[in-house]
Amino acid sequence: MGLFRATVGKLRKGLARTREALGGSLRGLLTGRRLDEALIKDLERRLIESDVGVRATRRLIERVREDFRRGVLTQGDEVLSHLRRELVAMWPEADRSLRMNPDGVTVILVTGINGVGKTTSIAKLCKALRDEGHSVLLGACDTFRAGAVRQLEIWAERLGVDVVKGQQGGDPAAVAFDACSAAVARGVDVLILDTAGRLHTQDPLMRQLEKITKVVGRQIEGAPHEVLLVLDATSGQNALRQAEEFSKAAGVTGIFLAKLDGTARGGIVVAIRESVDIPVKFVGIGETPEDVEAFEPEAFVEALLGD
Amino acid sequence: MFERVTEGLSGALRRLSGQGKITEANVREAMDEVRTSLLEADVHYEVVESFCRRVLEDALGREVTKSLKPGQEMIGIVHERLVELLGGPEEAPAGIMRVSPGPTVVMMCGLQGSGKTTTCGKLGAYLKKRGRSVMLAACDLQRPAAVEQLETVARQVSEEMPGGAQVHFYGEPERCAEYGKAVGVAVQVAQRALARARELGVDTLILDTAGRLHIDDALMGELHQMQRVLQPHHIFLVVDAMTGQDAVNSAKAFHARLTVDGVILTKFDSDTRGGAAISVKEVTGAPIRFIGVGEKLGALEEFHADRMAGRILGMGDVVSLVEKAQEEVSEEEARKLEEKMARGEMGMDDFLKQLRTLRRMGPLKQLMGMLPGVGQALKDVHIEDDQLNRVEAMIQSMTPDERARPTIINASRRRRVARGSGTRDQDVSQLVKQFNAINKLTKSMAQMGAAGKVRAVKELGGAGLGGMMPGVEGLPAFRTKGSTKSAPIRQRAKQRKKRRR
Ligand SMILES: Nc1nc2c(ncn2[C@@H]2O[C@H](COP(=O)(O)OP(=O)(O)OP(=O)(O)O)[C@@H](O)[C@H]2O)c(=O)[nH]1
Ligand SMILES: Nc1nc2c(ncn2[C@@H]2O[C@H](COP(=O)(O)OP(=O)(O)O)[C@@H](O)[C@H]2O)c(=O)[nH]1
Ligand SMILES: [Mg+2]
Ligand SMILES: [Mg+2]
Repeated sequence: MGLFRATVGKLRKGLARTREALGGSLRGLLTGRRLDEALIKDLERRLIESDVGVRATRRLIERVREDFRRGVLTQGDEVLSHLRRELVAMWPEADRSLRMNPDGVTVILVTGINGVGKTTSIAKLCKALRDEGHSVLLGACDTFRAGAVRQLEIWAERLGVDVVKGQQGGDPAAVAFDACSAAVARGVDVLILDTAGRLHTQDPLMRQLEKITKVVGRQIEGAPHEVLLVLDATSGQNALRQAEEFSKAAGVTGIFLAKLDGTARGGIVVAIRESVDIPVKFVGIGETPEDVEAFEPEAFVEALLGD
Repeated sequence: MFERVTEGLSGALRRLSGQGKITEANVREAMDEVRTSLLEADVHYEVVESFCRRVLEDALGREVTKSLKPGQEMIGIVHERLVELLGGPEEAPAGIMRVSPGPTVVMMCGLQGSGKTTTCGKLGAYLKKRGRSVMLAACDLQRPAAVEQLETVARQVSEEMPGGAQVHFYGEPERCAEYGKAVGVAVQVAQRALARARELGVDTLILDTAGRLHIDDALMGELHQMQRVLQPHHIFLVVDAMTGQDAVNSAKAFHARLTVDGVILTKFDSDTRGGAAISVKEVTGAPIRFIGVGEKLGALEEFHADRMAGRILGMGDVVSLVEKAQEEVSEEEARKLEEKMARGEMGMDDFLKQLRTLRRMGPLKQLMGMLPGVGQALKDVHIEDDQLNRVEAMIQSMTPDERARPTIINASRRRRVARGSGTRDQDVSQLVKQFNAINKLTKSMAQMGAAGKVRAVKELGGAGLGGMMPGVEGLPAFRTKGSTKSAPIRQRAKQRKKRRR
């Protein structure tokens, strides 16, 4: 699938603001300096401040410290490239494109906690898929939040696709069911299901998500083919719990990291990578349907370390 | 996490006690544990550093090394300092001012998806409850359907709390446009809303605004202009409690452009430690006014620094729990029940009422999370509605006599109740057995003073799920996944008790 061949340049541009806002880049900090404990401490701070988390940071820093003691690392610049290599290696070359169903409707289930950017990210996916020539149908399974259906409808109108919706307050699994039937009947390529934001700690809602997954699976072979967990790049360590719990309930197949256009660096995906093996597939870098990029480890790490 | 801190501290200190003397180095080592815990709770790096420095100075100044219980004392200092950081009791009173002539103008601001619109509704409900009329004005013209969302929220407030003060809505949906295309329009909409609110004699006008990035100059300018033109009495920054290190950057930027005079933290019903609270407080200096604890309109609580410090440290929050329970049960009812409980005369009916209250009080987990020492165990307990329903069914199948004095339930009565409720004999006998145990417990609790009660709950809380909440543990069908897991917690509770002595 050629979906979202990343243009690293665009991501860079989107993230340039970040660096300006933060002042002194890590590279500025490290370049031309001899490595010492103080510098290692600075490095630690940088990682923590990017939400990489204590555990992952310690692991990365310990390795630097060891090499420093053994005399392998002596210069600031070396540390930077060393760290960059370490981080990039966390996401080995893999297929990060959307999983498509070769014989029939591809169902993409989009989920996550409240307000992370699910609906907007759906608009982005929808546009990208359509740009690549796929026909798309949307399913409005957020029957809970006020105005949620209308929000999705407005995006659909702007993008020129249809939405299957149900009753406000109705059973989201029923909407998913109807959406699947409609998708099959109309022979669309991709069906994207929006869901209500739910906390990973809310058992009944997590089980409702399981139910949606099952209903969809019974309708279309192998569905949902892709379960995207949307994470907010500004979120802290709790996102790790989100990744773990949503994976358990819905078998997450990929992460959509939204809101990476702010000053947050989204280091939480490093922490997540340490404990759950879910590929990051896309990053959101704005509020319009164009603002999406494929996740590229190099570009991401570059921005994380603020070159 | 507090357990972590506690364990870390006492571990560090125990190691020394063998050597007879506690040194400064040991205290430093213990502080490292605190530091790690705070970082894991998402408190900003710089904030943690300066905090730990202050606490360390304090600890050494107070000569904790000479204290009999240095661990305890350290925790005390950490907690005290955290409370101070989060806003001591001398902070401005919670609530929303009332100006004359009205309306009092409240403006919300914050990043995308932080919970502004929902919080507008919650504040509306909060004010309505206090007899104040409100108008919610939709000044988010960017996000699709934002206006409809607020309109629905306003309607929900009216519907869920019929009668009393009015809830108005003001919006101009036709003026919405795509992102970035309607910058500035919000100011005009807000002005017209204010005029309308004056006409209607509304007490408080709440302005919802579009979520925006703090580095978006155009949109930040719009907010600034709104402040200049409308001169709001309160500007609340709405922050997601799950925010990580970046909370510092965004809060700083919002505060630099606007006179933020209060912070509202949302989504505290999650299992986040909420260290962002500390970061935001530290950089804005603005008091944290409210916390959001759910998606429903009633899920807004006034902020209490001491409780939040406890939460960030993982101590649980007994006080909130007690208060929440008080809100649900009328004073009269509570008094009567307490008398009955003191006499050991609580009946099945009262028990059922408590169960129902409990259910109304929201997700059980949230409640249990407020209790100390059980954090870990919570993950493994599932109490489902249909399980509560079964208990209800059993109680409803009992005669009034049986409900008042369950001891009279013999084998034949048991069979009848089981048949009537579609359960098994042993379910009924288990229910009765547990009811008796709970009755005994509540009897002894009712005889204690308030402080004693809190202490008792605390101790029981540690003792596994047992006495944690009268009427919860072991109800017939309440399943506890992997019960072995709760064992360490019990042990830990024992250790803690020992330490306290
Ligand atoms: N669990 C929980 N969810 C909340 C809370 N407050 C808000 N939400 C949810 O968070 C999501 C976003 O809330 P909104 O009120 O739309 O947030 P907003 O800041 O107005 O968002 P934008 O207008 O898009 O910037 C919704 O799904 C809300 O239901 C809370 O305290 N707890
Ligand atoms: N800056 C920025 N904002 C985003 C991004 N994705 C979503 N948003 C905004 O975040 C808010 C919540 O998004 P929404 O899609 O409604 O979240 P949902 O509740 O998870 O469906 C909206 O105001 C969106 O415009 C992103 O990548 N960058
Ligand atoms: Mg949505
Ligand atoms: Mg809003």
